[in-house]
Amino acid sequence: MRQPLLRLSQITKSFGAVRALKGVSFELHPGEVHALLGENGAGKSTLIKVITGAHQPDGGTLEIGGTTVSNLTPTRARKLGIACIYQQPALFPDLSVSENIGLRLEGGAFFAKVHWKQRRKNADALLARIGAALDPETPVRSLSMPEQQLVEIACALGSGAKTVIMDEPTASLTQVEQELLFGVVRDLRASGAGVVYISHRLEEIFALADRVTVLRDGQSISTRAVRSELGAMELTEEELISLMVGREVASIYPHRGGSPGETVLELENVCCAAGGIANISLAVRAGEILGLAGLVGAGRTELARVLFGITPADSGTIRLLGRNVQVRSPQQAVSLGIGYVPEDRRRHGVILPMPIAENMSMAVHPKLFPGKWLRFEAERALGLRFIEELGIKAYGPEAPGGSLSGGNQQKVSLARWLATEPRLLILDDPTQGVDVGAKSEIHRIIRDLAAKGLAVLMISSDLPEVLGMSDRIAVMRGGRLVETFEGSTATAQRVMSAALRPS
Amino acid sequence: MKRYFRELSVAAALVLLLLLLALFAPHFYELQPLLSRLTAQIPTLVLTLGIALVMLTRQIDISVGSQFGLCAVLAGLVSAGGHGLPVSLAAALGAGAFMGALNGCLVAWMRLPSIVVTLATMVTWAEVLRLFQQGKFVNLAPGVQWFGLSQLGGQLTLLGVGGALVALAAYLLKNTSGGRHVYAVGSDAEAARLSGINPSAVTFGVFVLMGTLAGLAAVLNLVQSPQVDPKCGTGLELKAIAAAVVGGVAVNGGRGSLWGALAGLLLLATINPALTFLHVEAYWEKAIQGLVILLAVIADGIRSRRNLN
Repeated sequence: MRQPLLRLSQITKSFGAVRALKGVSFELHPGEVHALLGENGAGKSTLIKVITGAHQPDGGTLEIGGTTVSNLTPTRARKLGIACIYQQPALFPDLSVSENIGLRLEGGAFFAKVHWKQRRKNADALLARIGAALDPETPVRSLSMPEQQLVEIACALGSGAKTVIMDEPTASLTQVEQELLFGVVRDLRASGAGVVYISHRLEEIFALADRVTVLRDGQSISTRAVRSELGAMELTEEELISLMVGREVASIYPHRGGSPGETVLELENVCCAAGGIANISLAVRAGEILGLAGLVGAGRTELARVLFGITPADSGTIRLLGRNVQVRSPQQAVSLGIGYVPEDRRRHGVILPMPIAENMSMAVHPKLFPGKWLRFEAERALGLRFIEELGIKAYGPEAPGGSLSGGNQQKVSLARWLATEPRLLILDDPTQGVDVGAKSEIHRIIRDLAAKGLAVLMISSDLPEVLGMSDRIAVMRGGRLVETFEGSTATAQRVMSAALRPS
Repeated sequence: MKRYFRELSVAAALVLLLLLLALFAPHFYELQPLLSRLTAQIPTLVLTLGIALVMLTRQIDISVGSQFGLCAVLAGLVSAGGHGLPVSLAAALGAGAFMGALNGCLVAWMRLPSIVVTLATMVTWAEVLRLFQQGKFVNLAPGVQWFGLSQLGGQLTLLGVGGALVALAAYLLKNTSGGRHVYAVGSDAEAARLSGINPSAVTFGVFVLMGTLAGLAAVLNLVQSPQVDPKCGTGLELKAIAAAVVGGVAVNGGRGSLWGALAGLLLLATINPALTFLHVEAYWEKAIQGLVILLAVIADGIRSRRNLN
């Protein structure tokens, strides 16, 4: 029997009164990709932090390479060959790619001389090995999120770690970069390293993992082989989901609605040099969900920002309900009946220290508080209404935004815009990093909104989501709209090939 | 209760100090000196309100001392020129609003860092005043001091004005859209912008208000003496910032209250006389004040770290 790289048994960890881990057992063998699955709040992040030495467990044993380790620190974990790629890249934005990689990998004394050429060569080699076309001299600040993620992956690879933990590495990656990442994972496996792989996307787990451990409520529920020795699938998606949520999930996507109504938004040859988009023409009708697909950097978020007046269009026509309009600022967009749920809810969506009722009322001050005086009862009522309508899990309208889970924060962000009673709702990756349960709830909410006559423009990097939710799908590539599909006829292959085809 | 824990703990420290004084130095409570000490703090209080607002939007204004000095001399010259107090007041408010608008333009619309902008205007206004006035005091027209009332009447008027201003500002900050926008912009300017708030307008407005309050503070200072000292504003910005910080206004924006800032100011303003009355060597005054500020910052650091976890 080979020595496992990691063996955790009955690990427990509490934060104050909250028991984050109530007994988790887990093993990682060399040459294995072991997926870790669970809803948000199931204890995955805490478990990772125990393995990387960021948290000390309260009980249980942790063995690394066959020896029991206590009082693990992040530095020691790194020395023992554990590397971790976090969801949010932890890089220095002002330093270049090669400096970031160098800082992570070169130990070096305080006064050690920096070998710039060597450093640059290393970075080049690592980036080439994962197939990332990045210039090592670009400052990290100017990279997109997926590119930063690639730098993180290069760092983990360069450290020569035997145990690599990946925490939702594909959350912000497009299909192309995903394939790069999968290649890296398979390389690592072939070289005898072990990979702990965390993802909400089940198809990735089926594509990559050898075994899966499901966590629920801080406990390891079950460890299952994904494939048998002969390579036959041993596990179905339904089985996995029901293990995660502890109940059967009815249907993954809600049914499409009836026939759409009048045209709410119409674009003709809209260009915006600052956003890098050109000649966009499209229409969204009431009751319709238009999915906007494409790679990261294809100009989808930029189009949303143009429509919301953040970077106004240079030329072209924007018609709202048949009327020509110019959207020059977010304030104006709000008054025109446009709502925008931004991509990065942690940074731009919910104001974390503010109570959720205050977050929800932010865009409707003039309406909710005529005459500028705040009316706290009205605000509270608004909070209670949306907590009920959207099924937000919070202790009350006065709970700070930061106390909610990701999925519930996203609902708060959504509520802010529903309060404005918009005609057009723009959603930018509405379920990014949200667990399976909350995801299907958000999908149901979006479908209900469309059924009530809202026009929805939904940007998503999650292909099954685009295919499952959209009435029509528009595909962007290189700042242009390249193809539009009817939702019922679109397939993953057709959408992906439209997004990828070289122009 | 939990929400205002920070403010209440400062208030508790103040009450404790006052109790200590009542037990060991009852002379502290002699009416006339106490009243004088209180009214002397009113101008700083007005500046503190402004600074607290600026800090809530995640900015800083270190030029308020210079603004204060310039407004004071201007108001004094207007008064010496034979105009009444209302004209002096209008001149001071106008000059303050102008200087605030200049800071606001540079910070809000040109997006320059406020620490650098206000450092530059601090030096500029101070030098303008020095060149123009050459350190000369301005003699005020009779009838300006104490608003032309008796000293007691003037002092009570000042206390009334100061108290009313805190109450009004705190009420507006808590109960109006504008007030809420101040917190939203300070917490997360981008999220505020994406909610249809104009962060630049809010920031600009706050700087203009700061300048106007500096003008008002200058007049409230001027009525307490027969002359205007052109150096009267020196160092006031630090006192105001210290008071806001001790009172729990977060330096990185979005958190704090005006009542907290008031408590912070009263605590800092009580420490000095308290040390004298309790026969502690005068050398310790500054050190102990610094220690209090440090404690406040440490408390905030612990609090925000706990909120992150």
